[in-house]
Amino acid sequence: MAKLNAVLLLIAIACALGTVTSQHHARKLFVALEKERANAKQLEIEFGQLQLEASTWGMQGRVEKIAVSQLNMRALAPNRVQVLTAQGPGDVK
Amino acid sequence: MKSLASPVLRLHFPIWRSRLLLGILMLWLVGLTARAVYLQGLNNDFLQQKGESRYSRVVEIGAHRGRITDRNGEPLAISTAVESVWASPGDFRADAEQTKRLARLLKVEPDELTRRVADTRREFVYLRRQLPPEHAARVVELNIPGVFLQREYRRFYPAGEVVSHVIGITDIDEKGQEGLELAFQDTLVGKPGSRRVIKDRLGRIVEDVESIRVPQQGRDLTLSIDLRIQYLAYRELKAALEQHRAKAGGIVVLDARTGEVLAMANLPSYNPNSRGRIDPQRSRNRALVDLFEPGSTLKPFAVAAALDAGRIRPQTVIQTGTGRLTIGRATISDVHPAGAITVEEVIAKSSNVGAAKIALDLPAETLWTLFSRSGFGTVPQSGFPGEGSGRLRAHRTWKPIEQATMSYGHGISVSLLQLARSYTIFAGNGELLPVTLLKRTEPVAGTPAITPRTALVVRNMLEMAVHPGGTGPKAQVVGYRVGGKTGTAHKLENGRYAASRYVSSFVGMAPVSDPRLIVAVMIDEPSAGQHYGGAVAAPVFREVVSAALRTLSVPLDAPTMNVKLPPADAPVIREEVWIAHDEAGPRG
Repeated sequence: MAKLNAVLLLIAIACALGTVTSQHHARKLFVALEKERANAKQLEIEFGQLQLEASTWGMQGRVEKIAVSQLNMRALAPNRVQVLTAQGPGDVK
Repeated sequence: MKSLASPVLRLHFPIWRSRLLLGILMLWLVGLTARAVYLQGLNNDFLQQKGESRYSRVVEIGAHRGRITDRNGEPLAISTAVESVWASPGDFRADAEQTKRLARLLKVEPDELTRRVADTRREFVYLRRQLPPEHAARVVELNIPGVFLQREYRRFYPAGEVVSHVIGITDIDEKGQEGLELAFQDTLVGKPGSRRVIKDRLGRIVEDVESIRVPQQGRDLTLSIDLRIQYLAYRELKAALEQHRAKAGGIVVLDARTGEVLAMANLPSYNPNSRGRIDPQRSRNRALVDLFEPGSTLKPFAVAAALDAGRIRPQTVIQTGTGRLTIGRATISDVHPAGAITVEEVIAKSSNVGAAKIALDLPAETLWTLFSRSGFGTVPQSGFPGEGSGRLRAHRTWKPIEQATMSYGHGISVSLLQLARSYTIFAGNGELLPVTLLKRTEPVAGTPAITPRTALVVRNMLEMAVHPGGTGPKAQVVGYRVGGKTGTAHKLENGRYAASRYVSSFVGMAPVSDPRLIVAVMIDEPSAGQHYGGAVAAPVFREVVSAALRTLSVPLDAPTMNVKLPPADAPVIREEVWIAHDEAGPRG
């Protein structure tokens, strides 16, 4: 009887320790999850800022100005455009 | 008993004293047990709460406002996180040097800063709202007690003044104040949530206990606007306004197949990113809110009504005589008397007398019905707050002179969007399309206004109007067939037509073989010498259409030699609306 009790006691202690460990483990994982969540949020904010930046740099007016003044580009005159259709060169000369 | 060395132990007391002591101790124990049972079992809420407050916290879950993008996903309005710096004056401790550095970071005067934190009875004062996060990080580095950050969102508009009238603005708390920001406040707004968590001694969240309120992120809004075309339209309108020293202007570009607004620009404009006070004169979306008398751009409607009623055919000859037509006490006149001209030429040369004669031949109700079916006098229901309905009086109250003037767009008022929309009946197969500022995902059904055949005939007349001999040759585009109608109207001032103030307009479509775009341009009070719609507004149409069609990769429908300009010494075909007697002036 005493032997059985000792075994049960040992099992109970083992279970208790197991609970503590798994609880600790769960908390650690949860902390990691929270950290990733915060990270995701931070990245989302950064994404918004980068998007803003991208559209500011890519403003039509700015692109056009650079294309014209620095790169010496201009819109192609329509008489230099050859339109190809499925039937071959179009009627545009 | 010898061992009892202490003399105290040798004393003998009566037995009741020890009993009494035991009794008191027992009572005390019972009292403690009862109190423990009471606190632990019976009335444990308070303590439980106190215990919980040591480790459990309610944290806010932020929700941001939805983005507004154009039809291709280009951002037009984005909320991004910023930090507001606040202080608790009671806890604020900073020496002179720290205060100076903090003031510099916050861009406020040191005195102002000291004044704000002086009132120690307050627990919360904003030191500076909406700093960029990297600035805020430097504030944290100063490590001043009593200074905290609060995350907020701020709205940014990358396209700035180009599309500000459509988007509108929000206030500092991100509540929509104008434009679509106001109209779609309920869609865009995010509702912050909260949850209860357990924090450990390091302040880390270690367990989620419950969710108190689920946060609701703001939904995104995709507009029908195409930023590329919007930018083009804005640029060309601005150039025209500067060239003609005009007071204001507006342009609307519609997708002729779906009724979506591809671009809507107004001038003067404003920068929605600056937080200063905005002049209402600049922030008004003129194209939607302001009404004007459209002038000759309405002539195609009178002709379409007569064609549909079978009264005329395109080749029918109208006798305009000496270019004067007297109705009652008023006289309608043409600037350039043309004699006998066909219906096509009435549109091309923009003859007032011709249009009036065609209109007078119709029952008032027929004309009114077409105007009404073309969307005049009713709100276009684009979803924009404060859009104008225009004025179209009931046909029973029309006098003959009014019926005549209405045929060339006087005595009726419209918004620029209504005018652009009304031309959908000519661009398609005679149906008026509903307009929208939001991107459509499903095909739309229009409401029939004229027969498909009439639409085609009028479309061809509109093309003639931009050829030499018409009023708008400057609207021609290389490589595409275009059609449109010029308009030049005197402005109404105090119920009378002003002699030298005009509204120049042009409404057209392209390519005529299969219209994709409808563009309406309105320029208010051009004052650099020219004021005809064909000279002021038509070139804007040309520039916007040619660039927009290329942007949309619309195949050419004409050879690139198609532009036929009248010889340089040819007289400009002028159009002008002038009523000799003021009888026709709209009143009431």
